[in-house]
Amino acid sequence: MSARTLYDKLWDAHLVKQRDDGTALIYIDRHLLHEVTSPQAFEGLRLAGRSPWRIDSNIATPDHNVPTTRRADGIAGISDPIARIQVETLDDNCREFGILEFPILDARQGIVHVVGPEQGVTLPGMTVVCGDSHTSTHGALAALAHGIGTSEVEHVLATQCLIQRKAKNMRIMTLGHLPPGVTAKDLALAIIGRIGTAGGTGYTLEFAGPAVQALSMEGRMTLCNMSIEAGARAGVVACDETTLDYVRGRPYAPAGALWEQAVAQWRELVSDADARFDAEVEIDAAALAPQVSWGTSPEMVVGIDERIPELSAAQRPGQRDNWEAALRYMGLEPGMAVTDIGVDRVFIGSCTNSRIEDLRQAAAVVKGRKVAGSVLQAMVVPGSGPVKLQAEEEGLHEIFLAAGFEWRDPGCSMCLAMNADRLGPGEHCASTSNRNFEGRQGHGGRTHLVSPAMAAAAAVAGHFTDVREMVSASGGGA
Amino acid sequence: MKAFETFRGRVAPLDRANVDTDQIIPKQFLKSIRRTGFGDNLFDGWRYLDEGDPGKNPNERQINPDFVLNAPRYQGASILLARANFGCGSSREHAVWALEEYGFRVVVAPSFADIFFSNCFKNGVLPIVLNEKNIDELFDLANADDGLELTVDLAAQRLVLPSGAEIPFDVDPFRKRCLLEGLDDIGVTLTDADAIRVFEARHRERCPWLFDALR
Repeated sequence: MSARTLYDKLWDAHLVKQRDDGTALIYIDRHLLHEVTSPQAFEGLRLAGRSPWRIDSNIATPDHNVPTTRRADGIAGISDPIARIQVETLDDNCREFGILEFPILDARQGIVHVVGPEQGVTLPGMTVVCGDSHTSTHGALAALAHGIGTSEVEHVLATQCLIQRKAKNMRIMTLGHLPPGVTAKDLALAIIGRIGTAGGTGYTLEFAGPAVQALSMEGRMTLCNMSIEAGARAGVVACDETTLDYVRGRPYAPAGALWEQAVAQWRELVSDADARFDAEVEIDAAALAPQVSWGTSPEMVVGIDERIPELSAAQRPGQRDNWEAALRYMGLEPGMAVTDIGVDRVFIGSCTNSRIEDLRQAAAVVKGRKVAGSVLQAMVVPGSGPVKLQAEEEGLHEIFLAAGFEWRDPGCSMCLAMNADRLGPGEHCASTSNRNFEGRQGHGGRTHLVSPAMAAAAAVAGHFTDVREMVSASGGGA
Repeated sequence: MKAFETFRGRVAPLDRANVDTDQIIPKQFLKSIRRTGFGDNLFDGWRYLDEGDPGKNPNERQINPDFVLNAPRYQGASILLARANFGCGSSREHAVWALEEYGFRVVVAPSFADIFFSNCFKNGVLPIVLNEKNIDELFDLANADDGLELTVDLAAQRLVLPSGAEIPFDVDPFRKRCLLEGLDDIGVTLTDADAIRVFEARHRERCPWLFDALR
């Protein structure tokens, strides 16, 4: 067989049938469900009189609508009656069809893309789908993972397959290592800034090179998470010892002889040395600074030591108009220094950056400091129950609380503001989430995407600032 | 799904690149467990001046007179003309449900985000990709005082202008057939149930850890 990329291998291993019309049936190993995009799919099954094809492929947890305060109140604590019905509907559907669920009061509940890898529910070599675009996160495990719409949720429930056309291969090759204080989030933002939010459309991205190999699994998840912000449904990282060390011993991961058998296959989950990619992009990781987004699309991003671009620098079709509209919405001017942007709220959380290492990086910056008086609110929302527990065992919550941060319960929270956590009109937010679209974090809210360390630094300074000047050179780099 | 038939419809031009699904249908409307009821909140943040909320009566909202869909000459439009990377961001199919319920049956753009593109076909909405030159010409015509009406002929894969000029377009043959025949693609896939079972048995043998863990 000719040389294949990692994506080629994952595709081939799940190809049920290649049809004459160019489409293919692809088998799905793991299907993650949450409350927002599944109710209409379950209803569709009922209306058509269909049953799920394979119950033990599915797992569910509520995350988008759950409150991040007073968790002990459970579903009764959801003040919005429409949201409460949606969470109850997930419980009801899982009960009716016999699907494993971590409901709101389960210690393992959390953001579905944090829960999957954490529990060993998503594994190397799998095909993973979910009615959520950030399913690309699981590609960090050398899995083929992508978001789907609700009709496809129903399709996977009913047939265990998706009808697809194979994507093209793009390799994002990092050169050198990330400097201290520059993280996976900064790398992700820099890549999107380079190739644009449509740069990866039609491709599966493979992140490679020394800077990616040196990332922890959690850093790789952050990177793959934002593949969709570059337009790519899926992003992958090759399997290595870091991957295996992460998966070993997880609650739903194989053990004993089954583990040995799995590992033998997982070691093959790398692109062949002479595999051909349809497109290649090189990124000089060693030259990157911490990134801050200034506009209403993740591609509108610059280094902390840079200025918002002049409109004359726009190159792509329509880009100048987009920049103008974005700056008007954001209340900012071309040529302004990013460090002159004040911050009203700070959000550390989301499926991009709410894992234990993210919280450790933020806490390291915050320790012994205070949230600036000009900041209305700073909050930390752990990605899952186990992340919260671990952080409390390490005393991170005390560091955040002493500095003036709020310490919340797990959920998607202010990343998309479906629950009560949101920005007011005109407010600027240093956010570790993934999208800075208009109104994403609240009507009229202004989002700036940053790493957890940069969000923590902004909270302390009251404006964006270079975190590398706040911490000793020994920290960071993860 | 209803079969997609040739029709003539009015074009509404939305001259903005990278329109994301958060703009098409904002998150506060995703709490519904139904597939319907989204049309009044299509482009909510642009269409209205006041903040949208699921409880609000659409007749009591403050209309934004500057938003293109509110212009009298684009009322009743069934073809949305858009710019590059339309439908980027979230996978929410609610975006297509909102467009469809508002009355759009076709979206024409130079490029689409993958998940949105796929969601369209599942709901009888046809996304058409044209080159930037054709798109620019259509914008000029749609922006003119008289506006623009187009005939969409999926079977022949062409748009017909009032002048009689035609613009051909490509479409995936499988998706074309599903639209034209109004096929339920779950039903189509289940005709391959035997192939799925054969694959699954082989897959289980090769990767037993992928099965039975979540019980």
